[in-house]
Amino acid sequence: MSTSPKGIWKVIGASSVGTLIEWYDFYIFGSLATVIATQFFPQTNPTAALLSTLATFAAGFIVRPFGALVFGRLGDLVGRKYTFLLTLIIMGGSTFAIGLVPSYESIGFAAPVIVLLLRLLQGLALGGEYGGAATYVAEHAPPGKRGYYTSWIQTTATLGLFVSLGVILLVRHGLDSDINVSIQKFNDWGWRIPFLVSIVLVGVSIYIRLKMNESPLFSRLKSEGKVSVNPLKESFGHKTNLKMVLLALFGATMGQGVVWYTGQFYAQSFIETVCKVDFEQSRTMLIWAILFATPFFVVFGSWSDKVGRKWIMMAGMFLAIIFYRPIYQQFLDLSDITTYQTQTPVSVSEPVIHTDEINEQTITTTSMVKTFADGFAYTQKSRDTVFVGASKPVADAAPVYTEKKLSTTVYWKFVFLIFVQVIFVTMVYGPIAAFLVEMFPTRIRYTSMSLPYHIGNGVFGGLTPFIALLLTTINTGDKLVGLMYPIIISFVCLIIGMVYISNKADPDVSD
Amino acid sequence: MGLIWMLMAPLSMFYLIKTALHQIALHPVTDTKVQWGVFVIVFIPIAIGLCIFGWYAWKEEYKRQM
Repeated sequence: MSTSPKGIWKVIGASSVGTLIEWYDFYIFGSLATVIATQFFPQTNPTAALLSTLATFAAGFIVRPFGALVFGRLGDLVGRKYTFLLTLIIMGGSTFAIGLVPSYESIGFAAPVIVLLLRLLQGLALGGEYGGAATYVAEHAPPGKRGYYTSWIQTTATLGLFVSLGVILLVRHGLDSDINVSIQKFNDWGWRIPFLVSIVLVGVSIYIRLKMNESPLFSRLKSEGKVSVNPLKESFGHKTNLKMVLLALFGATMGQGVVWYTGQFYAQSFIETVCKVDFEQSRTMLIWAILFATPFFVVFGSWSDKVGRKWIMMAGMFLAIIFYRPIYQQFLDLSDITTYQTQTPVSVSEPVIHTDEINEQTITTTSMVKTFADGFAYTQKSRDTVFVGASKPVADAAPVYTEKKLSTTVYWKFVFLIFVQVIFVTMVYGPIAAFLVEMFPTRIRYTSMSLPYHIGNGVFGGLTPFIALLLTTINTGDKLVGLMYPIIISFVCLIIGMVYISNKADPDVSD
Repeated sequence: MGLIWMLMAPLSMFYLIKTALHQIALHPVTDTKVQWGVFVIVFIPIAIGLCIFGWYAWKEEYKRQM
């Protein structure tokens, strides 16, 4: 029971737009975490700091599996269409509301509490959205083309990140003709715009989705009175299904999650915080890489219809395991300033001196921008302490080199290295919706596929940047130690996937 | 191989809890406690899942399925 070719594109369009908006909503919070922290969470108050940690670090990701349970159950009970309509409304409403919450200065402690609650709602909604969209499209798709059609849904997470980065950069630059004034305005109030814009996008998406029909497989099940009475019990209480849920998690989604978040989040974080590349460059290079790599979701999704899902996903994990360390070593080598220190810069800016009074001592920070012949530039910051009674500054620490602006050639090498990582993402992620849909029966599909997906993608994947960062604080000698987490998780997942997962695509998902 | 997955679950949890306690002792501030506390709480049920997965694998449940 499949939809006509014309109808399937309406289904894909309506599902993808909504899912893309949900990912956009989810990622703007992460992309603006530092701005949000200064608006809502004063670090001087320990309880507010605790809320900050919870809200910006964990809550959104950790509640996603709970969203999968709540909305997955609902989707198997009342239908796919209304459930993922509901998740869209919750996501859009909470994102819009974040843009309206007064700052800590205005309403005090209520501000971080409200933001935390809204972030929890965002996570819950996202937990319910993806499984619904993937199931909905797969249940409309003809056999033999399920990988191809569901791969369009798979592009939405990456495109949501792309749109969030694009909107933030546009707003950050567009508030004033003077870039510095524009950034200042953005940090003061402009950051609210990306959140508020969401309501328009969600409104359009709700209108489109309201015009959609229920999934034909679910409608048939409902008319025959075969809808599950207790999807949670059937999904996780019966061994036959539970063992497949566990296999989906440990043999596919956990590896997919870490590869996804390493390639698109940790890469950006590493380039900005470890390589010290300029804010704008570290984001625009990710935008380019995503733009070039996104079509490959459809390439690999479509290919999986011909050769099976398993080996494409496993190959993606294998390549990630092999190439992560060389790629990140390249990031370090290409942004190293050692060779430039022996060269004479073509220009050195006037030193900017900033002073801070700490414990009756004066800390002076001197910043200079040095630009070289090939376009490479960096800011050199030196900190000196003037002790009480002393007339001359005492050298305090070695200079720090930040805000590196890479030469054009090196910039595009970075884009290529991120692109390669996003290709690994497209290999593991392109076929996975079809793979998950084919693993579970229609009556409990929404619940069964949502939970392993959101534990794999949300918990294992979402925590990647934080765990990787923590590893670097434990072992400070190795800048690449953070990669151990995605490499080990991918390795375990690869072995389990290779040994236990079948490469045979299920031609009939109407069971 | 099921036995490997069954053993991996408690061993990884032991390592995680040991690291968490060590890190909290080194930096006894709220942020450290919250971060490591969250990791331990979140990964305990996942480790139990891995143990159950190992049990099914050991009993060759997946061979029958494939």
